[in-house]
Amino acid sequence: MSRHTLSVLVEDQPGVLARVSSLFSRRGFNIESLAVGPTELPDVSRMTIVVNVEDLPLEQVTKQLNKLVNVLKIVELDAQASVQREILLVKVNADLESRSHILETVQLFRAKVVDVAQDAVTIEATGAHDKLEALLKVLEPFGIRELVQSGMVAMGRGSRSISDRSGRPSEKTT
Amino acid sequence: MSTSHSASRDVSPEPVHMTGAQALIASLEAADVDVVFGIPGGAILPAYDPLMDSSKVRHILVRHEQGAGHAAEGYASATGRVGVCMATSGPGATNLVTPIADAYMDSVPMVAITGQVPSASIGTDAFQEADIRGITMPITKHSFLITDPAQIPKAIAEAFHLASTGRPGPVLVDIAKDALQAQTTFIWPESIDLPGYNPRTRPHSKQIREAAKLILSSRQPVLYVGGGVIRANASASLRVLAELTGIPVVTTLMARGAFPDSHTQHLGMPGMHGTVAAVGALQKADLLITLGARFDDRVTGKLSSFAPNAAIIHADIDPAEIGKNREADIPIVGDAAEVITELIAAINAEIELGNIGDYAGWWLQLNRLRETYPLGYDLPTDGTLSPQYVIERLGIISGPESIYAAGVGQHQMWAAQFIGYEYPGTWLNSGGAGTMGYSVPAAMGAKVGCPDKTVWAIDGDGCFQMTNQELATCTINDIPIKVALINNSSLGMVRQWQTLFYNERYSNTDLESHRFPDFVKLAEAYGAYGLQCDNHESVDATIEKALSLNDAPVVIDFVVHRDAMVWPMVAAGTGNDEILYARSLAPDWGSDD
Repeated sequence: MSRHTLSVLVEDQPGVLARVSSLFSRRGFNIESLAVGPTELPDVSRMTIVVNVEDLPLEQVTKQLNKLVNVLKIVELDAQASVQREILLVKVNADLESRSHILETVQLFRAKVVDVAQDAVTIEATGAHDKLEALLKVLEPFGIRELVQSGMVAMGRGSRSISDRSGRPSEKTT
Repeated sequence: MSTSHSASRDVSPEPVHMTGAQALIASLEAADVDVVFGIPGGAILPAYDPLMDSSKVRHILVRHEQGAGHAAEGYASATGRVGVCMATSGPGATNLVTPIADAYMDSVPMVAITGQVPSASIGTDAFQEADIRGITMPITKHSFLITDPAQIPKAIAEAFHLASTGRPGPVLVDIAKDALQAQTTFIWPESIDLPGYNPRTRPHSKQIREAAKLILSSRQPVLYVGGGVIRANASASLRVLAELTGIPVVTTLMARGAFPDSHTQHLGMPGMHGTVAAVGALQKADLLITLGARFDDRVTGKLSSFAPNAAIIHADIDPAEIGKNREADIPIVGDAAEVITELIAAINAEIELGNIGDYAGWWLQLNRLRETYPLGYDLPTDGTLSPQYVIERLGIISGPESIYAAGVGQHQMWAAQFIGYEYPGTWLNSGGAGTMGYSVPAAMGAKVGCPDKTVWAIDGDGCFQMTNQELATCTINDIPIKVALINNSSLGMVRQWQTLFYNERYSNTDLESHRFPDFVKLAEAYGAYGLQCDNHESVDATIEKALSLNDAPVVIDFVVHRDAMVWPMVAAGTGNDEILYARSLAPDWGSDD
């Protein structure tokens, strides 16, 4: 099994998220994370889907995704050739004694404190998957009260845009 | 399939004021629909009012929505046109689910139109509300939920385009009742704009050249032909390709009729109940030229032991089929008709260069298999009627010009084996989904599409009791289909598996239909002719009698032996090499390979 990041441009139509997500479940694999949002083009949304699969079933699910009429384009983003980010909010126990240690950790990870209470702080961090995992590992001993994490969003490096000529027939590639 | 993007026919692009319901009917007329199978109900009711006035669209009132769906499928499979069915919201729509799933599995071009509760009520669990778009998402090529009446013509135009182009399939258009009732302007779209839908029909020329070379250098090739060849209207060019190369042909269950059964190069049907020659050819082949087929488990048996020595050329209009079950050495994405035409040209070019295929040794092997293990059956020793004999005689007497629509089970397999098909579109069945109850409504739809042809439903007593109420539809609407009921008083195929794999413990497969119902009386109750036959001597006369009765449907209750089994057989989960020619009788593959 290996981790793959798919960027999927879709028409912003009702039901399109259901079509995409049910296709994954019907073909029998789990979506590790999924993020949907608008793009620079009106009426076009972008999904970033992270899946843990072998190469062959990934090819099959990509081909099946391409058959969805509302799907305009699918690109697999290589981790090296793209910027990949997740956002994390974590509420950590912080008494007077531990607070300074926590703030130090926050600085080391270039995260920030977005809310402070008497006995807890809420930290916001963005970064690649591994960085956020590392941060959580360091924060764990203080006691994590609540954790929420976004799906990954990702963008290819360089000057080209994924939506260049998107939706043109020849560009509907895997 | 046509890829024309022009949706307009003889419709003025000038906007016209009308209701959404009128716009729906005007759209169906613009899409050249001549028949709709359906049943009205609350949510779709507004559409039925202008439908009554349409001089172009004939509506056939069925008795169950499942019948509407299969009738649309039968119409589509027999004519090559898009079949249309219509139902109301909730249970009306959910009753279409089975035929929609069936059409999806067998790539049948179909548009299903359903009424939906008023848009303000959607999501409130209103009376007769069902999320039919959500329910059918995994079994449709695409689906629409329309709440704005102005969107109706566009959705209908797109639905017909999607259903009929690329890999054909069912498309659902769900329309909220208030959208049907509201005033709108009707504008038939002049072109289709679906940026995410661009089926590739033209094959890659390099792949074609590679395929041509591989074909001519192979020694043991087989043309593995699937239903895509029929959907693409490519039978004539397939014959040219086969005769140009001299390569043996097998036609899958969905492709029966794509290549004449009488042709010497035809080895028959491969798969679980295929001929020994067809199954053996695939297993021993060094090359499969796969055209519009999808390596279905019923063809391959255990996938890991399927055609172990064969290189694979796989041509399909759907890229997702290529490499799905079996990796392709030469993948070709394209329409079967275009692929075959270009293959012929490329092979001719190779032949001109002196590159000629030599398959003489291959044919020696195959002919030995074909001669040693022809299709056949034993007559029951107790004097009861043989179902295979009935079906064989039916095919001979009614002939290859007739259309045969089968249900699912033993009778379906015998009808695939023992009737000689010569033309595409003359064999209709539920191949992928295996839907019992397909036959009678599908035959009805086929007869509506091809009124001048003799249309037979070859059905089992189990299947027939699922959808036979459409006989009323047939009688009342002057659709004189003929039903050959292969009545073995059981769920025969399930019983066969119980015989072979469950120690002859017949749990719940005895339908007792030699006692109830009385099928002759049932036929007569529906206004059809009811005939019965229980002996070999009167089979021909009964069939001829049925052929002479054309002013009403005919049902022949063929009371047949219940222990007849379908042979050959590759047991589920085993490899094709383990095919049995008859019970406990494995073919001798010979040592010449």
